[in-house]
Amino acid sequence: MAVGNVAAAAANVRPSRSAASGMSDLAIRNLFIIPTVAFLIVFNIFPLLYSLGYSFTDYRASLNEPANFIGLQNYRELLADPFIWTNFAITAKYVIVSVGGQMIVGFGLAMLLNRSFRFKGLVTTLLLLPMMLSMAVVGLFWKLLYDPSWGIVNYVLAPLGLGHLDWLADPNLALYAVAITDIWMWAPFVMLLSLAGLSAVPQHLYEAAAIDRAGWWFTFTRITLPLVTPLLLIALIFRTMEAFKTFDLAFIMSGLNETELISKRLYQMAFREWQTGKSCAFAYIVLIVVVAITNIYIKYLNKAKER
Amino acid sequence: MAAVTSPRQRIGNGVAIVAVLVAVVVFLTPIYWIASTSFKSRAVATTVPPTVFFTPEVTPFIKLFTKRVQLTKPVDPEVYDASPWWEKRVYDGGERILRVGPNVQLSQYPNRFINSLIIAISSTALAVAMGTFTAYGFSRFRVPAANDWLFFILSTRMLPPVVIAIPMFLMYRTVGMTDTHLGLIILYTAFNLSFAVWLMKGFMDEIPKEYEEAALVDGYTRMQAFFKIVLPEATTGIAATAVFSFIIAWNEYAFALMLTNRRAQTAPPFIPSQVGSGLHDWTVIASGSFLFLLPVAIFTFLLRGHLLRGVTFGAIRK
Repeated sequence: MAVGNVAAAAANVRPSRSAASGMSDLAIRNLFIIPTVAFLIVFNIFPLLYSLGYSFTDYRASLNEPANFIGLQNYRELLADPFIWTNFAITAKYVIVSVGGQMIVGFGLAMLLNRSFRFKGLVTTLLLLPMMLSMAVVGLFWKLLYDPSWGIVNYVLAPLGLGHLDWLADPNLALYAVAITDIWMWAPFVMLLSLAGLSAVPQHLYEAAAIDRAGWWFTFTRITLPLVTPLLLIALIFRTMEAFKTFDLAFIMSGLNETELISKRLYQMAFREWQTGKSCAFAYIVLIVVVAITNIYIKYLNKAKER
Repeated sequence: MAAVTSPRQRIGNGVAIVAVLVAVVVFLTPIYWIASTSFKSRAVATTVPPTVFFTPEVTPFIKLFTKRVQLTKPVDPEVYDASPWWEKRVYDGGERILRVGPNVQLSQYPNRFINSLIIAISSTALAVAMGTFTAYGFSRFRVPAANDWLFFILSTRMLPPVVIAIPMFLMYRTVGMTDTHLGLIILYTAFNLSFAVWLMKGFMDEIPKEYEEAALVDGYTRMQAFFKIVLPEATTGIAATAVFSFIIAWNEYAFALMLTNRRAQTAPPFIPSQVGSGLHDWTVIASGSFLFLLPVAIFTFLLRGHLLRGVTFGAIRK
């Protein structure tokens, strides 16, 4: 149906070459685009329709029993389940702490780097390294750093009198420990975008401000910040989306209930408890939330692009 | 004042540079720690206080690639003397390498590493090839509702992997594709394809249309113009897109965890699964992680000029 749209609207494109000189532009366009769109429909939309069907059943993939249609029961149970809302609350807290931290640290780093000095390129690239690494492996080696008896985090913090924290086993700390790792990993992302924004601020604005004897704070809030805001917004949106989806880090680092983000809960439900039907319904609730966030995301991204 | 920088500004600059150095140390310490742990002996790895300076050794890498068991009794001195140096290192640690006849038994690590290579390279090749064509299509031709289609292509990346993994698991199980290389290759191609289309579209938009138009006037067909004029111009973009796609597939964890367990398992789910296993040894886990992260670190330096574009799906170009 969707592919048909492209073909049906094909009449809009005038072939600029005659058939004698090879394929028409129209044919080439369709040949180049339709396979990709078809592929993505088959492997992204079809699975979602498949799981929509299962979300109305009591199917358990671990048992050899056929699925029974149970209507909206899965959805009713999930929406009435207080634990699910706890998962959403934990996720919201995680998103706020980790993305907030990334924005502050990342923008701070960019402010520091936004001057010329030797080895600036090398230093910038080195600082960007964490965000390119595998989240699973990063989570794993931060476990080693957080080890309560010989990890270096506690060793470094010892002079501050904080040397005895069991970061990943303490229910009050574990979520923050995961968020700190996330900040370490993704503050460089915010830094990268902020640097692009800062370097685009026209130098003459600063010169004008200096002539007017404007203070540092005035220059920062009236010139720097407004001009960097669109890029900071993009960084914020990208990171919020990603933090909401977080699975790898939290799953590897901590098994506590206090770090049970939505993705982790969904994984437990689907692949540990084998409540296949119910997990499909849960996935749909998550999907609706993601679509809502995505719409906001696209709206702002387009606004920022128009600038 | 004649000078561009006042003394106050210069002090500010100095303080900022020191702060940058501190940041570099803080940000690189975890990476240094994983790298250094992979060259430590087991005893040195978990000392209190942590050991910063030590004599590097390759024992963790020998252990990483071999299957070992704990020694139950001291090794026969004659056997010890007759063994190669690398086997002695393992004996020294109180373990022995398993052999089948004369052949050393390899651990699962090399196999998982090769799985990662096969799956990442295949999916990258497919996604970048398809993505390049599609990006050209969107860049050069009028496509009805082009923005909606591009958004649809991007939207496939917005969902948490688990949401897609549940139905994929059921579908793959029905057709016998769970735990196969092909299964992961297809999935990784799907999510890299959306990335490749977006990134390549940016690169395609930057190639002047006049190049092809001139070629068309010279009697090239559109296809010939694409292959002989556009593709060579897009080489840098294709290379950057390919390296990015490779890194994304190489690092992917959630799908691999849920859809593979043995034959086609990649390194990201495998490496953490070794924690808590019988011979759980942090130096071996560190060396496995180090080897796995090394290609990405190298690629990051090669890509440094394109990082901004890559991490924002081409939304921001510099």
